[in-house]
Amino acid sequence: MSVFLAKRLIIFFATLLVASLLVFLALEVLPGDPAHVILGMEAPESAIIALRKELGLDQPAWQRYLVWIVNLAQGKFANSYTYGVSIWELVRERLVITVPLAMMSMVIATAIALGLGVYAAANHNRGGDVGVMSISQLGIAVPNFWLALMLILLFAVQLGWFKSGGFPGWEAGLWPAFKALILPSIALATVLAAIFARFTRSSVLEVMREDFVRTARAKGLSRRATLWRHVMRNALIPVITIMGLQFANLLAGTIVVESVFAIPGIGRLVFQAIGNRDIVVVRDVVLLLAAIVITVNFIVDMLYAVIDPRLKVHDL
Amino acid sequence: MSAADGFWSRARRHRSFVAGGALTGLLVATALLSFIWTPYGPTKMSLRYRLKLPSPEHWLGTDQYGRDILSIIMAGAQNSISVGVVSVSIGLLIGVTMGLLAAARRGWIEEVTMRASDFAFAFPAILLAIMLVAAIGPGSVNAIIAIGVFNIPIFARLTRGAAAAVWAREFVLAARAAGKGAARISFEHILPNITAVIVVQGTVQFAIAILAEAALSYLGLGAQPPAPSWGRMLSEAQTMIYINPMLAVYPGVAIAISVLGLNLLGDGLRDLIDPRLARQR
Repeated sequence: MSVFLAKRLIIFFATLLVASLLVFLALEVLPGDPAHVILGMEAPESAIIALRKELGLDQPAWQRYLVWIVNLAQGKFANSYTYGVSIWELVRERLVITVPLAMMSMVIATAIALGLGVYAAANHNRGGDVGVMSISQLGIAVPNFWLALMLILLFAVQLGWFKSGGFPGWEAGLWPAFKALILPSIALATVLAAIFARFTRSSVLEVMREDFVRTARAKGLSRRATLWRHVMRNALIPVITIMGLQFANLLAGTIVVESVFAIPGIGRLVFQAIGNRDIVVVRDVVLLLAAIVITVNFIVDMLYAVIDPRLKVHDL
Repeated sequence: MSAADGFWSRARRHRSFVAGGALTGLLVATALLSFIWTPYGPTKMSLRYRLKLPSPEHWLGTDQYGRDILSIIMAGAQNSISVGVVSVSIGLLIGVTMGLLAAARRGWIEEVTMRASDFAFAFPAILLAIMLVAAIGPGSVNAIIAIGVFNIPIFARLTRGAAAAVWAREFVLAARAAGKGAARISFEHILPNITAVIVVQGTVQFAIAILAEAALSYLGLGAQPPAPSWGRMLSEAQTMIYINPMLAVYPGVAIAISVLGLNLLGDGLRDLIDPRLARQR
C-alpha cells in the first residue's frame, strides 16, 4: 500500500507540475500586454515601461515561471490586473458559489443515476430498461447550456417559479441563494446522470453474472437483498471511477452554465479574465481547477485501492 | 455469403444502428442540401420581417434581424459537420500514428505517449480549449484546432491498446519472420485489424466535437458572425427569450439530434463489429 501511495503521490505532483507549465506556456502566447491592460491604450510609453518593470514582465519567461510557482507554493497570490485585489480574494468569493453548485450537481446526478441504473439492470432487456437507456441516450446528446436555456424558458419565463439568472449572495439568506443554484445544478447534473446511469446499469449487470451472486441467491437471499447487499457494493467500484473522471467535465460545464445563468462563480471568473486579458487571474484559476480535478482523481484512485483489495497487489 | 453481406443483414435489424444511421443521414443530407439550396439566404437580413412566428413563408419563423431560422439551421449543419470532420481527422492522423508507433516501438515512446494521454484525460478539455482559443484568437478554425488537439490522446491511447493486442498474434509473428519491418507490419497487418475500433471511437468523438464547438460558439469563441452556427444562434436567442422563446429551441434540437444520431450510430457499430464489447458498456 505504501509503495502504491508513494507512486500515486509522485504522479500527482508531476501532473500538477506539467499542468502549471502548460498553463504558463499557453498564456505566454496570449496577445495583449498586461501593462496596456492596466494603464489603458493611451498611456505614455514611459509609464508602460515602468509598470512592466514593476510587474517583472521585462524578465525572461523561465524566471517569471519560477517566481510564479515558488510564490504559489508559499501561498502568495498576485493582484488581479483588472480588479486590483488579491487573486485569492477573488477566488474565495467565487468558490463559495461554484463548490456548492458542483456538489449539488453531483448529488442530484448520483441519486438519479443509481436509481435509474439499478432499475434498468434489474429489468434487463424489458420495457423499463429500454426506456431508461433511451432517456439516458437523450441526456448525453443534449448540450448542458441548451438545457439550461430550456429550464430558464420553462421555470423562469413561463412559470415564473425561478429567476432567469443571477445570484443574490449567501448573505441574502440560505434559501434565496440555494434557490438560485437549483436550475444551474439540474442543467449540469442531467448529462452526468445519463452517463452514470449507463455505467451503473452495465456494472450491475456485469456483477450479477458473478458466482458469488448465484451463491447468495442459492442460500435463500431474496433478489432485492442480493442486489443491495452483494451486487451494489461491487458494482459501485467502476461507477466511482467514472465519477472522478467526469469531475473535470463538471467543472468545465460550470464555465458555460454559469455564463448562461450569469452566476459569478469560478467558471465565469476565468472566462471574463480571459476576455479581459487578465493573465495572472487566468493562470492561477486554471491551475486551481486543474489541481482540484487532479486531487479528485487522486482520491478516487485511493478509494479504489481501499474498496478493491485486488488492485493493491496488481498495481504495484 | 460474404462477410460484408452478413454485416449488412445484421445491421438492418439493429435498432440503434438504423436510428443512428437515419439521424446522421439527415444531418449530412441537410448540410449537403444547404450548399445548393436554402429557403432564404442564411445571412440575408430583413428588418421588415423581424421576429416573425412560423408561417408558410418562414417555416420556423425569423430572428431579430429578420433572417430565416430554417435557412440558418440548415447552413449551421455545414459548420457542425466541418468541425466534426476536421477535429476528428486531426486526432486520427496524429493520434493513430502515435499509437501505432508506441505499440511497435514500446519502451520510452510508449511511456511518454501513455503518460501524456493520462494527463489529457485528467484535464478539463473544454477549459484548455477555451484558453487555447482565447490565446490564438476566437474563430471557427481556431476552435476546430483546439477541439482537435484533445482528440489526439484519445486516439493515441485507443490505438496503442488495440495495436498491442494485434502485435501478440501469430500472423504478426509470421510477418516478422518473413522479414517485414515494424512500419510495414503496422500498416499492412495492424491497422486493418484495428480500423473498426477506431471508426467507432471516431463517431463518438465527432459527436463530442459538435457539442464542444456549440459551447465555444455560445461563449463567442467559435464561429464569428455572420457565419451560421448553432451555438451562436443560442446565445443570440437568449437575449430574445422573453420575446420569442422558440428561437432558443430550434438550434438546441438540431444539436441534440446530430449528437444523438452519431452516438446511436457509434453504439450500433460497436455492437455489430464486436458483440463482446456491447456487454462491457
